[in-house]
Amino acid sequence: MRLEYFQMIDRIAELDLDARTIAVECTLPEESPIFEGHFPGYPIMPGVLMIETIAQAGGWLVMAGLRFRQMAFLAKVSEAKMRSFLAPGQAIRVEATQDHDGSGYAVVSGRIKSAGKLISEATITYRVMNFPNPALRDGLFEVARRVGVPPELMQDG
Amino acid sequence: MSAATFDKVADIIAEICGIDRATITPESHAINDLGIDSLDFLDVAFAIDKAFGIKMPLEQWTQEVNEGGVSDDTYFVLKGLAENIDKLVAAKG
Repeated sequence: MRLEYFQMIDRIAELDLDARTIAVECTLPEESPIFEGHFPGYPIMPGVLMIETIAQAGGWLVMAGLRFRQMAFLAKVSEAKMRSFLAPGQAIRVEATQDHDGSGYAVVSGRIKSAGKLISEATITYRVMNFPNPALRDGLFEVARRVGVPPELMQDG
Repeated sequence: MSAATFDKVADIIAEICGIDRATITPESHAINDLGIDSLDFLDVAFAIDKAFGIKMPLEQWTQEVNEGGVSDDTYFVLKGLAENIDKLVAAKG
């Protein structure tokens, strides 16, 4: 994870488009400017970045289901809970399930676990739209390859 | 338009958008009269999709309005919306 670059996802471990589920694995960095401010003397991952991590995991799931023809933008966060802290260097697993595949939107529920313990959970609504420009699509495909999205899911990728 | 469909849609809009149910009529335009914004409309669409077991083709409807010259009353005035929901439910079998 590179928190300051919003690179929240290290690796897609499981992707099941029939079951509409995804699991990703990540390890928090030992050092990050984020930890310098949050908090001095007691570095922990900000809750908003836990939500972002869940949203990114769910976003890969939604876009993979669409074969990356469209982009999922964060539209709404609900039922978000931060149950425990995450410290630098801690390994996490993010699991997400697509609850609904709407027309122009999608809803995913996701959770962060560490060593089997539930850390955080949230329900995310995405606005699903065409890519606003080729640069975003190309950049997203580059990240997709890095995190291990199966190449056959990426049209023109 | 099925009265039951309109009532269910009106109940959903009242609850999600915090609008007085008594002010919602079949002639109400979801945006122009009720002031539902795009984010609340996502919640309304999700609730309608779930309640009726359908997938409203919002992208297709929007395209028809923007490019096909179809009046947005067809989909956004509640009696029109309810009629289209009835069609989707019927098509589902």
